[in-house]
Amino acid sequence: MTDTDTTPAREAATPVLSARDLRVWYGSKRGPVAAVDGVTFDVRPGETLGLVGESGCGKSTLGRGVLGLLPPGAAVDGEVRFAGRNLVGMPAKDLQALRGPELGLIFQEPMTRLNPLMKVSDHFEEALRTHNRGLGKAQIRTRALDALRGMGIPASRYDSYPHEFSGGMRQRIMIALALVLRPAFVVADEPTTALDVLVEAQIIQILADLRRNFDTALVLITHNLGIVAEACDRVAVMYAGHIVEQGDAREVFANPQHPYTQELLRSTISLGTTGLHFIPGAPPDLADPPAGCRFHPRCPKAMRVCADEQPPEVLLPTGSRTTCWLPVPDMTTAEGRLPLEAEEIGVADEA
Amino acid sequence: MPTKPDTAASSAPAADASETLIEVADLQVHFPLRGGLFNRHAGAVKAVDGVSFRLRKGEVLGLVGESGSGKTTLGRTLLGLNKATGGSIRYRGKEIAGLREGELRPLRRNLQMVFQDPHASLNPAMDIATAVGHPLQVHGLVPDAAERRVKVAETLERVGLSPAELFLDKFPSDLSGGQKQRAVMARAIIAGPELLVADEPISMLDMSVRAKILQLFLDLKRDLDLTYVYVTHDLASAKFFCDRIAIMYLGRVVEIGPTAEIFANPRHPYTKALLGAIPDPEKVGVPRNLPRGEIPDAAQPPLGCAFHPRCPVAVAGCGWEARDLAALLDRHWLAAGEDARLTESALFARPAELATAGLRTVSLTPGKGHTAADIVELLGRVREKTRDDAFWRGVTAVEARGERACVDFAEGSDPRLRLVGGTADTVSVACHLVA
Amino acid sequence: MATTEINPTPNPAPEPAATAAEAAAKTKGHRFGGLHKIRAQIRETEGVAKYMLWTGLVLSGIFVIAAVFAPWIAPYDFDTYKSGSGERFPKQGAPSGTNWFGTTVQSLDVLSRVVWGARTALEVILLSVVFSLIVGVLLGLVSGFVGGWLDRVLVLIMDTLFAFPYLLLAIVAAFMFQGLPGGGVLTTALAITVVYIPQYFRVVRASTLSAREAVYVEAARAMGAKPTTIMRRYVFSNVVQSVPVITTVNAADALGTLAGLGFLGFGIQPTEAAEWGYDVSRSLDDINAGMWWTATFPCVAIVLAILGFTLLGEGLNEALNPSMRRRKIAKAVIPPITNPRKTVTLTATATGTATTAGAATKATVPAQADPPPAETASGDTASETAAPDTTAPDTTPTEPQEEGK
Repeated sequence: MTDTDTTPAREAATPVLSARDLRVWYGSKRGPVAAVDGVTFDVRPGETLGLVGESGCGKSTLGRGVLGLLPPGAAVDGEVRFAGRNLVGMPAKDLQALRGPELGLIFQEPMTRLNPLMKVSDHFEEALRTHNRGLGKAQIRTRALDALRGMGIPASRYDSYPHEFSGGMRQRIMIALALVLRPAFVVADEPTTALDVLVEAQIIQILADLRRNFDTALVLITHNLGIVAEACDRVAVMYAGHIVEQGDAREVFANPQHPYTQELLRSTISLGTTGLHFIPGAPPDLADPPAGCRFHPRCPKAMRVCADEQPPEVLLPTGSRTTCWLPVPDMTTAEGRLPLEAEEIGVADEA
Repeated sequence: MPTKPDTAASSAPAADASETLIEVADLQVHFPLRGGLFNRHAGAVKAVDGVSFRLRKGEVLGLVGESGSGKTTLGRTLLGLNKATGGSIRYRGKEIAGLREGELRPLRRNLQMVFQDPHASLNPAMDIATAVGHPLQVHGLVPDAAERRVKVAETLERVGLSPAELFLDKFPSDLSGGQKQRAVMARAIIAGPELLVADEPISMLDMSVRAKILQLFLDLKRDLDLTYVYVTHDLASAKFFCDRIAIMYLGRVVEIGPTAEIFANPRHPYTKALLGAIPDPEKVGVPRNLPRGEIPDAAQPPLGCAFHPRCPVAVAGCGWEARDLAALLDRHWLAAGEDARLTESALFARPAELATAGLRTVSLTPGKGHTAADIVELLGRVREKTRDDAFWRGVTAVEARGERACVDFAEGSDPRLRLVGGTADTVSVACHLVA
Repeated sequence: MATTEINPTPNPAPEPAATAAEAAAKTKGHRFGGLHKIRAQIRETEGVAKYMLWTGLVLSGIFVIAAVFAPWIAPYDFDTYKSGSGERFPKQGAPSGTNWFGTTVQSLDVLSRVVWGARTALEVILLSVVFSLIVGVLLGLVSGFVGGWLDRVLVLIMDTLFAFPYLLLAIVAAFMFQGLPGGGVLTTALAITVVYIPQYFRVVRASTLSAREAVYVEAARAMGAKPTTIMRRYVFSNVVQSVPVITTVNAADALGTLAGLGFLGFGIQPTEAAEWGYDVSRSLDDINAGMWWTATFPCVAIVLAILGFTLLGEGLNEALNPSMRRRKIAKAVIPPITNPRKTVTLTATATGTATTAGAATKATVPAQADPPPAETASGDTASETAAPDTTAPDTTPTEPQEEGK
């Protein structure tokens, strides 16, 4: 509980964006796929929320669903409140107008998002012109160079083409492009996955600085738990379309409550790894998720109740929330608390 | 909980006595650069530039570095997938560096490779049974198809794809990433190799699958007495997995030694930087000193020690040159802002003078309306502001000579890989600071 | 199953011969494994592509049936001018009971000529497609895989051929191949082959060039496979998947070329076989004389056959080409929440009991030492609540997830 003095201040601020019971389902041949299935979270100004989980847990879908960037066939339900408006069900045109100046997105592969035929300066001019018609060329230049400077890109490179930059530089440019419009809320989807360790560390440091210098709220989607610990204030752990645990990043890492979080942390290979540990099996098919708690087939602590009834969301004294039966033994019967005879999971079922 | 098998730990002391599987001496892999109208020879990219090491049977050697460090090229060259342009690779005493493709082919049975991207390394139009069994067919190891299928099923079970019947007739597109990587490993071990070069075998996999595949590598090593060369940029997995580690930077090995020693006592500044860059959930909020910039272009490597432009502790003799001044000015202008940059860059008539590689003395033409003294004065001011920058340690003189402003750099040299300590199995480091 | 017996130690399979045969059969079935995907993709095709595909299939099917069963379908031979009873057909006779489509200026039965013409067309198309497929795919594969000067020379030759107007090229080739023992059908087929080789060559070479760089090709090399093996087993099987589409499109094109050659009087002689293009050219004068049947039926046959193959090719292209493929995606419908998640506020006490209440506890309260807030529900059992709205503005980090809708 080291953050006792900062947490209330953060909490006091009104959330930039709050999602309530957000559900994003895809249509598929096998029926609807509940990629995001009832997710509730808040992001406050200047706060970074880390979103972690295995592939196929709905992290990216959640990040895009919040911004309304979804493929055809996807349906969204629930509420995403941003600046007093509900983004769910908002006409595509209005949403489009918000994206950029208000809502930003940073992608994993910068090269696919930068036009190879446009100079860096052209990219900035286009972005700034689209949303601020009144800006003159000099103003655009100043703002763009400021944004680039914040990312450590020298002004002498302003008129270069994307291919003249390294991967790390391009990602910095992408971040600068997303931030030049000063959006209040940004989703960064695995922004450093394709990069080398050192460059990754540099960019994470920049992102960490960002929340100090701006009031931009950031949702950082990543599979690298170290990055979350480093750059995020809060963390939300996703499993099979649900947020199974969320809370202060340090608290969650120091004292994980949900078995999935615990297993995830244990199975991460870090410098302190002395033995390999892994979660058996793979995340479930979201077209046909398991009943009860969706993690129960892989959970080492599963009880009988876990297979039958969906667990409650438990608000812990630490401020963390976990969706699990374990902290509330009183809500279950003695029989429900008996360990679940788990089915054997072979490697054949792995992801 | 599965742990590192005992063999790995116990083999370390015994490794000294064990036989050398591969010995690499002064290996060079240069890719010619062609450019211009007539396909002229335009220099070379020194992907691997003078690397030497010894790989003992049964050990796991990690080649660690960023992309562009030459680690993948080195791994591939060990198997003859890239041509060595100089030096030697001896496999069990036999020189294989200059062999032609046809001469190498029989050896490929013993030297296998696992690629980074499991989704791309299986032929999408070939079912698993055929794909995994193909090495047997290629090397004529099994008389007929039926026997091959039995052997494939056996190997699939060994890599964890069990029951094998479920996988034999599947196509790669039906498998998950982890399963594909298992199939790739089955294909790699089916012909009974001695050495496996694994090129970032877990980096494209999901976090929860990585540990499983790494465990499989350990199990196979134990069961089949394999030797691994593990190419990676991930120091955490290397620390757990490797017996010895070679840290690579721009085609060179800058530090090599036993894993425990490298991690407990990193000597090269680059190794220290890599270690410091690993985000660790257990160490939150510890400020880190990251080296600036990125790995330079291998076609025009820096003078002297290739790491010196990024090195926080570089000294005068590390090989400072004109391009470092350009980088310093960029850093200065990043901090000083756009207005300062516009006025100050006007002092330089030809910015290209700073972009030439390998200049130990740079002579700068003053811009219109400026004199050499202005440049000297500016550099003096910059020096005041960036007093702590390692760059200034390499500057011997900044002065006006006639019409032009000149900056002289101290003579630098390229540090060679040197043994630290006396015995054979200690760490070797290529750094001027490590005597 | 004996083939997949995984336990190597016990006695070997009792019937080794059967085992081997079975295994061999299995491997054989998957030699062109890529094709199994094609079938699945065709099944998933939706929309216009689906109609194109099926219309094309039906038309081409009729064409093939007419060609294969021509001797049974056609009432007479293509070169006979009398009925079976020896009765002579009228010259340029209008459609009638004995000659449904009428007769030509040579007293030949138009219906029979049309049906037999399908057979000729099929023969020529099959031969030319097979020839150009073999030559084009082989050359493209080798050219793309080997590269170097061989590639340059082949590309130059193919580009030159490609630059010629196709009918002119076919005529020149038809002259060159005249007098071959195979007769008119073979000559025409070879002439058409020359025209279409460059198309296969280009497509196959392009996909070979990209397949050559694939990691699995590299892996095959690392495995120790010879270049020929790599080409056969790794490159070819992936490259060949782009071929069915061009084949059908080319078949349509070849039909046009065949008719064009026939119309101009090259290739197949009227005594050798019935040929639509030739028939059309012979009937030109009839149209002016008001005899519509001699030209109409062969023309319709040409149009329908070309249409069938074209639709089939385009349909296949849309079904197989990932960039063009439009799959019908059912929009997901989200049902209302029937079973809202319960929200529990846990206040850890020394005894570790869980207590809940409408009010959420402040997160800043130390976990272990703090007594439960006064307003929490008494009792040791945790009770769930539907989280009344009063909690909403409270200072919890996040709000209760389900609010009892």
